Amino acid sequence: MDVLESGIAELFQKPDVWGFREWVHKHKDKTLTSKLMSEQEAVAKLVKDGDYLGTELYGTVRAPMSITREVIRQGKKHLRLAGQGIHEIDLLLAADLVDAIDITYVAWEVYGISSILRRSVESGRVKTADWSNGAITWRFKAAAMGVPFIPTLSMLGTDTLKHSAAKVVKCPFTGQKVALLPALFLDVGLIHVHRADKYGNCQIDGISGFAFELARASKKLIVSAEQIIDTEEIKKYPEHTIIPYFLVDAVVHAPYGSHPGEMCYMYWRDEEHLKTFLEDSKDVAKTKAYMDKYVYGVKNHEEYINLIGKDRLKKLETMIGGR
Amino acid sequence: MSQYNETEFLICVASRLMQDRTIAFVGTGIPMLAASLAKKMHAPNLIVAFEFGGTGASMEKLPLGVGDSRTFHKAVVAIGICDTMENAQRGFVEYGFLGGAQIDMYGNLNTTVIGKYWPPKVRLPGSGGANDVASHCWKTIAIMRQHDTKRFIKKLDFLTTPGFLTGPGTREEAGLPPNTGPYRVVSNLGLMGYCEKSKRMMLLATNPGVTVEQVVKNTEFEMLVAEKVGMNEPPSEKELKILRKDVDPDKLYI
Repeated sequence: MDVLESGIAELFQKPDVWGFREWVHKHKDKTLTSKLMSEQEAVAKLVKDGDYLGTELYGTVRAPMSITREVIRQGKKHLRLAGQGIHEIDLLLAADLVDAIDITYVAWEVYGISSILRRSVESGRVKTADWSNGAITWRFKAAAMGVPFIPTLSMLGTDTLKHSAAKVVKCPFTGQKVALLPALFLDVGLIHVHRADKYGNCQIDGISGFAFELARASKKLIVSAEQIIDTEEIKKYPEHTIIPYFLVDAVVHAPYGSHPGEMCYMYWRDEEHLKTFLEDSKDVAKTKAYMDKYVYGVKNHEEYINLIGKDRLKKLETMIGGR
Repeated sequence: MSQYNETEFLICVASRLMQDRTIAFVGTGIPMLAASLAKKMHAPNLIVAFEFGGTGASMEKLPLGVGDSRTFHKAVVAIGICDTMENAQRGFVEYGFLGGAQIDMYGNLNTTVIGKYWPPKVRLPGSGGANDVASHCWKTIAIMRQHDTKRFIKKLDFLTTPGFLTGPGTREEAGLPPNTGPYRVVSNLGLMGYCEKSKRMMLLATNPGVTVEQVVKNTEFEMLVAEKVGMNEPPSEKELKILRKDVDPDKLYI
């Protein structure tokens, strides 16, 4: 298969299929042992400087915010990220812990572009490679399949392809041009779910975004959960298990773990908090003040929750609406 | 006739392009409002698809993002991004509704950078799902809130999302699915389509009070003008009432 075109971006994480297989063979424990631990323990044990991290879903929606804040408190640096995000990526960038992003979309949707992303990339501090949203997920899917690449018809003919690390080839079956996306194996995946048992069997309500793919593309997987439930409950509804325990390395109990983002059927996004952050993020000093108060100023997620206030969180619960 | 603002008009024009019993892949912002309005007006069976996995939502409440819980409220399915994107890739999705910072005469869009790629003068959000949507949906509709020479430009700083690329046949040459591509552009000044032969953008209708010259002057590239330029009907009383009372009562956009 001749390569017709190559994206010129650096491949921040090379697909290492055999390496991944060896890793999971050696490290993924199939015995039923409790992986319940604090966020401090999970991050200290599983995240290293220089790791390639992925988060799911994104910033304001079922995002692993409590774990992200802990990664920042522990100052894990020279991170590389798969960038589909908002608040979580803004915080990691604001803490100056990121060297490179495989970016698809980092912005505030309704409220516009990210000032923190702008400062980080326009100053030349953070390197980028661009991908479509589908492409990033299919890269996880390739990793989840255990293969080095996956073909797609996205990104063809565009600068998005040119500034990615994809390659265009002629399909050996049909002769058509296809873009090959390199599998994206994560060093660490962070996912926030509705319910998990202590072993790591997870249930998610509502859309599952790319949790299925990201969980299976992660060498190490930290799961935070709103609720810890009995394994008996999990086994009653096995069709709801999107992540089985043997993929998981740590389970952290994190009520309101997605705050200030939403958690469907549980609590709505904290608009006031998000808007204040968004305003603050336009200014370097105010961004720092936010980080000092909400990230560095608390010891753990429990303190964060107390800082936000139970009344406010209860109110967000009433705002989410039913099914 | 009630007073209305440009954004309200834009939403109404975009909404009228949405057809009942089709799937519309909807990006964040104006497309969501247009879809919500369409479902309450002429297209109750419009299937609204959001990239993170919500398909067929009731659109009773305006989503604030393409993954929030309102994107699958009373929906027919809530799965994940692969399902939605792959539906489009295998030809199930008729329309894609997108926004952009810059558009060129072939309907290509930029949402990635202003200036050179890295480090850029301005780092914009990136493709998100836009590139996927415009690669795979049968017809793509771009919604541009501000029609001026900085946004309707000759050369994009970065081609994020494919229109007709560099002219007739070039989408197919690049490997994109045949018979797909840009269909309409809705701006605050009017409605554009594309010349069948040259695949270049062509003015089809202006908004009331807007002249053809005004559209041409506010476009950096040479805007083709249809033989007969129509006029977009202003928002009806019914459209405005639904838009203000039901679609965006919190005035997030309008």
